[in-house]
Amino acid sequence: MGKKIILLADTERSEQEKLRDFYTSFANLIKDNGLEDSVSLVRAADIGIYAKGFAVKIFPQGTIYTGVKDGDIARIIEASVKADGVLNDLLFKEEPKQIRIVLRNCGVIDPESIDEYIACRGYGALKKILSGMTPAGVIEEMKKSGLRGRGGAGYPTWMKWKFTRESQADKKYVICNADEGDPGAYMDRSVLEGDPHSVIEGLIIAGYTIGAGMGYMYIRAEYPLAVERVKKAIEQAYECGLLGKNILGTDFSFDIDIRLGAGAFVCGEETALIASIEGRRGTPRPRPPYPSVSGLWGKPTAINNVETLANVSYIILEGGEKFASIGTEKSKGTKVFALTGKVKNSGLVEVPMGITLREIVFDIGGGMLTDKPIKAVQTGGPSGGVIPVDYLDTPVDYENLQKLGSIMGSGGMIVMDESDCIVDIAKFYLGFCVDESCGKCAPCRIGGYQMLNVLNGIVEGSGTVEDIDKLRRLAQAMQRASLCALGQTAANPVMSSLKYFETEYREHIVNRKCRSHKCRSLMTYSIIQDKCKRCRVCVINCPVNAIEGDREKGFFIDASKCIKCGKCFEVCKFQSIAKE
Amino acid sequence: MLIKARINGIDVQVEKGTTILEAAGTVQLKIPTLCKHPDLHASAACGICIVRIRGSAKMLRACCTPLEEGMDIITHDPEIIAVRRTVLELILSKHPNDCLKCGRNNDCELQKLAADFGIRQESFKNFLSPLPPDDSTGTIVLEPQKCILCGRCVDVCQNMQNVWALSFLERGFGTRISPAGDIKLADSPCVRCGQCSNHCPTGAIVEKDDSGRVWEALQDPDKYCVVQIAPAVRVAVGEAFGYPVGTNLTRKLYSLLRRLGFKAVFDTNFAADVTIMEEGTEFVERFTKHKGPLPLITTCCPSWVDFMEKFHPDMMEYFSSCKSPQEILGVLAKTYYAEKKGIDPAKIFVVSIMPCTSKKYEIKRCEEMFASGCQDVDISLTTRELARMIKQAGIDFVNLPDEDPDHILGDYTGAGVIFGATGGVMEAALRTAYFVLNGKNLKKVDFEDLRGLNGVKEAEIQIDGKKIRVAIAHGLSNVEYVLNKVREAKKNNQELPYHFIEVMACAGGCVGGGGQPYGVTDELRKKRAEGLYKDDRDCPLRFSHENPYIKKLYEEYLGRPLGEKSEHLLHTHYKARPVYIK
Repeated sequence: MGKKIILLADTERSEQEKLRDFYTSFANLIKDNGLEDSVSLVRAADIGIYAKGFAVKIFPQGTIYTGVKDGDIARIIEASVKADGVLNDLLFKEEPKQIRIVLRNCGVIDPESIDEYIACRGYGALKKILSGMTPAGVIEEMKKSGLRGRGGAGYPTWMKWKFTRESQADKKYVICNADEGDPGAYMDRSVLEGDPHSVIEGLIIAGYTIGAGMGYMYIRAEYPLAVERVKKAIEQAYECGLLGKNILGTDFSFDIDIRLGAGAFVCGEETALIASIEGRRGTPRPRPPYPSVSGLWGKPTAINNVETLANVSYIILEGGEKFASIGTEKSKGTKVFALTGKVKNSGLVEVPMGITLREIVFDIGGGMLTDKPIKAVQTGGPSGGVIPVDYLDTPVDYENLQKLGSIMGSGGMIVMDESDCIVDIAKFYLGFCVDESCGKCAPCRIGGYQMLNVLNGIVEGSGTVEDIDKLRRLAQAMQRASLCALGQTAANPVMSSLKYFETEYREHIVNRKCRSHKCRSLMTYSIIQDKCKRCRVCVINCPVNAIEGDREKGFFIDASKCIKCGKCFEVCKFQSIAKE
Repeated sequence: MLIKARINGIDVQVEKGTTILEAAGTVQLKIPTLCKHPDLHASAACGICIVRIRGSAKMLRACCTPLEEGMDIITHDPEIIAVRRTVLELILSKHPNDCLKCGRNNDCELQKLAADFGIRQESFKNFLSPLPPDDSTGTIVLEPQKCILCGRCVDVCQNMQNVWALSFLERGFGTRISPAGDIKLADSPCVRCGQCSNHCPTGAIVEKDDSGRVWEALQDPDKYCVVQIAPAVRVAVGEAFGYPVGTNLTRKLYSLLRRLGFKAVFDTNFAADVTIMEEGTEFVERFTKHKGPLPLITTCCPSWVDFMEKFHPDMMEYFSSCKSPQEILGVLAKTYYAEKKGIDPAKIFVVSIMPCTSKKYEIKRCEEMFASGCQDVDISLTTRELARMIKQAGIDFVNLPDEDPDHILGDYTGAGVIFGATGGVMEAALRTAYFVLNGKNLKKVDFEDLRGLNGVKEAEIQIDGKKIRVAIAHGLSNVEYVLNKVREAKKNNQELPYHFIEVMACAGGCVGGGGQPYGVTDELRKKRAEGLYKDDRDCPLRFSHENPYIKKLYEEYLGRPLGEKSEHLLHTHYKARPVYIK
């Protein structure tokens, strides 16, 4: 029996603690069975499975089990570790809707082993360009691929490289933007943790193409595992002669260093990112000049996102045309989304451009989490917008999402059902941007705060009909006059939700009602006398003694005292509290 | 390279790299701005100057976007005006509504813009942060509540002055200006140059107003109030009264100050002539007799002195020990003048009118500023404070008759008046140094190479077969270049790059001082300086050593330059100071 590699992962990525216990249980059982020498057990950050619970992937067979409980471990060892059998009840069936280019190695190889990366054709692209492709040739290939920046704006990568290449300077830089910060998005993190070499290879190729000798990985400090793995990967690449002087015996030399982002979302904006690397306050500056002309330390600089770079070696190896055969007319290749919200299978999905939102949510995501109908899908994170259910059949690409008032963004995708309040969602995202505004330009700094204040009034029941116009006016000022994309797009969640769900806003304002029962201030609680068993549990639990009455006459909630905390609703065993 | 484009349908042709804002100016379009200042890089913070390319929804900032070939720019349409208005109202929603009680009332760029846009009501709720003012320096007062975060002061402090006292703290809606670490300005590296206050568009940084104490002193029968006016004041104060920039109002100022109630009106220019006698002699002594190290560095500017003491204490030995003209006049008023007039020095109250906020600091800088036995200069006012006092007194400044100064500390030469412009001290010193070294006066009095607004000016002057290499730096960010050249030469035992260095903290020298009227640009600096150079040209005497009252001063009182009495009254010491006070 050959050596088996077993990967363990938490597909929901929420229970890392429990995964540790699960790993321990697994390791103990392997020991008990005396298999420790013939099995290598690895905890993986992501193996590309979007089901529930813990997943176990066994190599070399490639068998994947999902929803694995502690009690299943012994069975798995019996059937698939000691033998090559399969347990059909736990078996995970691959979704054909997905294409894995960016995530090709995630969960397949040990991210801390350069050998495994190389075994999967890793650094083959670098070898290919160094043994015969000119920088112009690389740009040509990238042009054929049609790859556009995956950080949000979708600028063609080949053009960025071409402009930076054409800028004359004694020094040039490439930067990998790994300052992923959209709430709920972890595409870049997964790649960095699962396949750091693919990003490093992409960065080296970018450096070769534009004529840079130095590259920086700008990683947010809140990603310690990613930082550790990238660090290790860089060390390994140096050891193998893939970084440093005279790479692979050629006269191309290239170094990579890591810079940590200190937690400011705005530092994902390229000019703020550059300021941060230079040791200055992370605030954007006006463009032009673009970084391709004057970037880091005033030198021409190409800044690419993690996912963009992870595509590069695939394109070089497989050819731009093959990459371009995937996707729509203007958006090529695949896109990784962090699918979450009220969907059964939440997790990372990598899909071809042009797939519809419905396919992502229902075919890949397994449909809605509860029996409540879908209401909308939010894409693009805090810079994006909500797409109502009527547009679920829209093919996903840069242009279509923008037409709908949202954006591709870095790939956040949140599914909402009827229990989600649209105003509340808009307020959440706007609140994020207000917190993360660098404070440099007035439209974003003050406009966002004022807008949030208006939204707070609406959800707290003090909104007026003029507020709708005020929101539009503020949004216009922010979109038109903010200095960087953060401010220009911060109002998108509000504007797009207002576009499709104005009625819901008006309900909050005019009727003082939140149909999703999310906005606490707009809720009223009352006791359904017919159902009430007069047990007094609600009376005892009410923190402000708002429930009055006695067992004879019955109990009533005094609306003037009620703080709408919902405690009575929670504690009532007889569903006798009405929430409206 | 010239490019062609259109702005509001009008053809423009400008040099490549010209911003839309500048290009619009060539066709009589003044796009409204708020954060942009001609001295500074466009920070692009406010969002008022937005324009658009015809047919595009996107808006661009005119202040920092270069005009490109073939662009078709629209500078105003209903949406642009609506957006500008909203942005302005947003800025006002985080700004106090107390214009009537503000140091910039009637002279505020935000107020003016609000008036221009006809803002009549509050569209947005006012969210004012409770940020306390900081008057710890006694020179400038920081009122962060009024700050609109245009970033000018931070740019001035960090880039123009290289002081790094002011910075932005926190982020988002909570962003504010403050010394880093949230300390008091007095404990920060601040050198009190006041350039921040001069560039601030609102009342967020203003000079500390000491005029109230002057009014009190003028009313006090026990005080004998005397006053001095600095060179740069006379060519700037007129701006507050509608005079063309650079108009020299020296003699109107004399009559004005008398009418305000000063018993004697002196001129700092006289003390500048004294400075030349002392500093010029000091230079000659070091240059010819090696009585001290070279290069000699001028010390008229208290912000420069403070900057050196904090950041370049290794340069201390090169500093001239000579006090600034303000202090020289103060101490002479309370000694020489008091003696001659038979007045108790303790009763003499010296007020100085300076283009400078730092002079408020200098009057108590160290114990040598009390050489007369009491504080030599009691109060130092800025040009801006004086302008307000004139208006408070209701004096029709424009129609005042011309008068002469009071003698023994009032008469000056052309060498004294050019102290107010960058290069002026050096030029005046060289005129006298030439005389001391050569025994005769220069034929060509004007040193054109030392004038103008280049940040660093270097020149070589031949005197009596000897070459004197000089450097002039103004704007503190230009200092390092000069000092590093000296350090480099010293380290490598090479020939000195310079023998004599003049430094002024403010760009343009004192004409561009932090206490001068607002709205300074290079054009204004040039015109103010030209006002001084004209005064110099018109002076019958243009050498400090020829001033009859200077001769008299030395004959009757001081003895000789660098003599015992001079050393006691007119010279000072320096000490290394911590950049941050803990």
